[in-house]
Amino acid sequence: MSFGKFGKIGYISETKVADFVKYLEEGKIMATRCSKCGRLYFPPRADCPEDLTTDMTWQRLSGKCKLLTYTTAHFAPTGFQDDLPYSIGLAECREGVKVYALLSKEISENEIRIGMDLQLTPLRLANGRITYELKKP
Amino acid sequence: MSVAIVGVGQTPFSRKCGTSIRELCFEAFKAALEDINLTSKEIDASIVCSAPEYDKQRSSAGLISEYLGLNPQPTFYAESICSSSSTGLKVGYSFIKSGLHDIVAVIGFQKMSEISSAEVQERMGRGADIQWESPFGTMMPAGYAMYARAHMQKYGTTEEQLAKVKVKSGKYSLLNPLAMFRREITLDECLKARVIASPLKMFDCCANADGASCVIMASEEKAKKITDTPVWVVGIGAASDTLSTTSRTNLTGLDCAVEAGTQAYRMAHVQPKDVDVAEVHDCFTIAEVMAYENLGFCKPGEGGKLIEESQTYIGGEIPVNVDGGLLSKGHPIGATGGSQIRTIVLQLQGRAGKTQVDGAEVGLVHNIGGIGLYGNVTILKR
Repeated sequence: MSFGKFGKIGYISETKVADFVKYLEEGKIMATRCSKCGRLYFPPRADCPEDLTTDMTWQRLSGKCKLLTYTTAHFAPTGFQDDLPYSIGLAECREGVKVYALLSKEISENEIRIGMDLQLTPLRLANGRITYELKKP
Repeated sequence: MSVAIVGVGQTPFSRKCGTSIRELCFEAFKAALEDINLTSKEIDASIVCSAPEYDKQRSSAGLISEYLGLNPQPTFYAESICSSSSTGLKVGYSFIKSGLHDIVAVIGFQKMSEISSAEVQERMGRGADIQWESPFGTMMPAGYAMYARAHMQKYGTTEEQLAKVKVKSGKYSLLNPLAMFRREITLDECLKARVIASPLKMFDCCANADGASCVIMASEEKAKKITDTPVWVVGIGAASDTLSTTSRTNLTGLDCAVEAGTQAYRMAHVQPKDVDVAEVHDCFTIAEVMAYENLGFCKPGEGGKLIEESQTYIGGEIPVNVDGGLLSKGHPIGATGGSQIRTIVLQLQGRAGKTQVDGAEVGLVHNIGGIGLYGNVTILKR
C-alpha cells in the first residue's frame, strides 16, 4: 500500500502509516493511539516518542472541528498555481488533535471566521489521488 | 575567559550579484578583516553557513575555505535555514570557549539567483512537513500569515500596525548603502499592495537576495591584540520548535524565540529593558511584532501598539532594525544572521553613522529559521 497518492502533490510514498490512505478511500479519517501511554496522534504516527513504542492502534476521528487560524494564498509553490486563490486552515478536532488542510472551495473567503465549526471530509481528486478538506458541517 | 567579535563584514545585498559564491564570500571576508590586526593565516577554523537547497556546489565549506586562504585549518558547515549564521556563531563560540580554537571566521552566504525561479518555486513548497502539510500547497508567507490572523483575532492587531513596521524599515533603508531596497514606502502603498497570503501583502514580506556576511570571533587574549574595540558575546540562546503546524500550541508567538531569549538573558545577566538596540528577524511584518513580544520589549499582544507609538524607532524605548531589517535589506538566507550581528557590532563600536543609537552598550540579535522552527538570540556588549 503506497502513501504516494495522498494530496494534490505528494512528496513521499513510503511510510509505516500508509494504511491511512486505505482508510481514507473508505471514507474514514484515522488517527493513531499509543497503546502504552494512550496519546492520540494526528497526523498519525507509527512511533510514540514518549515511551519509544511502536505499538499503535488506529482510531477513527469524528471530523468535527473548529477553525483556529487560516490564510488565503494568492501565490503558490510549483503544482498549485492553477488552484489559486485557496484558503489553508488549521483546525482543532473534537478529539483534541489539530489538522492542517485546505478549506473547501464552497466556503467563500468572506465567510471564513476563526472559531467556525468545520467538518474534516475525505476528498477525491483527479488521477485517482485522494486527500481531505475542511467543509461546512 | 570571554569570547569577542573582532571583525564584521558584509556585501551589498542584491537581487542578482553576478559573481560566484566564493567571490561573494571573499568580499564579506575582506571587509571583516579591514582595520583589524589579523591575517587569514592566523584564523584557526572557519564555519561556512548557508541553506544548501539554493547551492549548486556540494559541500561549499571546502570551496569557500580554499578561496579565502583558510586551508589547512579545519572548516565546518552549519545550517539552520534563515538562522544558519547565528548557528555558526554559536558553534564558533563553543570552539573558542572550549579552547579548541582561538580565532574563528563565521562566513554566511546565499546566492538565491544561483537556481532558476522555477526551481525556487519548487523548493518553496517543501519547507513544511512534506508528508502532511506541503501536499496542501503551503509556503513561508502562508505560515506567517496564519500567525498574523491568529494574532489579529486574539489581540486586535491591525493590518495598519503591521504596515507601520515596513514604513519604519523603508525610512531606515535610505541610510543603509548595503540594502537591496532603498526607498521609503507609505502606509497607503503598503495597504494597497497585492495580497500574497492574506492578511500579508507584498510589502509585509521580505524578498530573496544574494549576499554574504562574515563575523570574526576570538578569545579574550587574542581579541585584545587584534582590535581596540572588541564586542563581547555575553549571551547565546538557541531553541527549536516542531516543524509541523499541527503540533504547535502557541499560534500568536514563536515559542523558540521566547526560549532562546530566556537563555540568552539569563546567561548575559541582562533584562529586556537593558537592551539599547536590537536586530530582529523581520522576514514578515508580523514576525517583527511577535519578536517585540517574545523578547519582552512589550507584553504579549502589545507589539502592534509598540510600533503604532513609534517606540522602536531611534529615540523610542527600544530601537529595532535601524539598518532596514530583512524587509528592506533583502534576505540572503545563510548571510542574514551575520548581517544582523554586523549591525549590532557597529552600533556597539559607535560606528553606525547616521543610524547610531547614542551610547549603545547592550545589543541583541534575534534570528529565526523557518516559521519559528529554529530560534537564536545573541546578546552583545561593548
